[in-house]
Amino acid sequence: MIRFASLFIVLFLFWVVLSGFFTAFLLGAGVLSALAVAYFAARMQFVDHEGYPVQLSPGLLVYWPWLFLEIMKSAWAVSKIILSPALPVSPTMVKFIPGQRSVVGLVTHANSITLTPGTIAIEVQHDEFVVHGLTRESAHGCVDSEMNRRVRRFEGQA
Amino acid sequence: MSALVDALSWACLVAGAVFCIIGSVGLIRMPDFYTRVHAASVTDTAGAGLLLLGMMLQAGFTLVTVKLIIIGLLILFTSPTATHALCKAALMRDLKPLLAEGEATSKR
Repeated sequence: MIRFASLFIVLFLFWVVLSGFFTAFLLGAGVLSALAVAYFAARMQFVDHEGYPVQLSPGLLVYWPWLFLEIMKSAWAVSKIILSPALPVSPTMVKFIPGQRSVVGLVTHANSITLTPGTIAIEVQHDEFVVHGLTRESAHGCVDSEMNRRVRRFEGQA
Repeated sequence: MSALVDALSWACLVAGAVFCIIGSVGLIRMPDFYTRVHAASVTDTAGAGLLLLGMMLQAGFTLVTVKLIIIGLLILFTSPTATHALCKAALMRDLKPLLAEGEATSKR
């Protein structure tokens, strides 16, 4: 129920931000729309710890800044490779076992790998990740990484 | 103060544009499909991110900034999903990745 209420509030705020009008009619329409969408989502059983993982949002404040820094660092590294005349790539595929238990954790880990330039998560399973890296170092850097530990902490493991 | 914000904003916009161009150059220079995707991801993370940041600094504390943040979040969630789907589809259709010498072809 708390999750439903929070989804409703987030949807309504989204409406207000996108509309920017504060007339009674538009705010009322926003409340009705937000309620309807939240109700449909609940009927389709999306409103749970997996479909709407609002319980993880405090962790994002710690995880996202770190992820942005990592993205900028590896974007810089990939840019240097692209601009160097020799084009020093050594494409590599690695397989490893991710440390996450929850589906949200696995998705976060896989998306983070793909977001950082130079690595792409190709296969994502509970017991196996397959990662394609632009260089040997970037691919092997995904195995047992700092990112793995941070996502574990983010999803609530010690 | 506003001159400082303006300068910072322009620095972000120019840096973002440079990253977009570098990503496009990489898209042409890279040897195969999978490595080209790596180059493209420079454009839609660092390039788009810095452009959005520059535009947020221009907009200041307004509704426009909030909308730009929402666009940024949208990119943050959709672009890796699309990249993953693209690469997985390519691999499932047996497009073999070009691998470096000495690396076992541990496909799947």
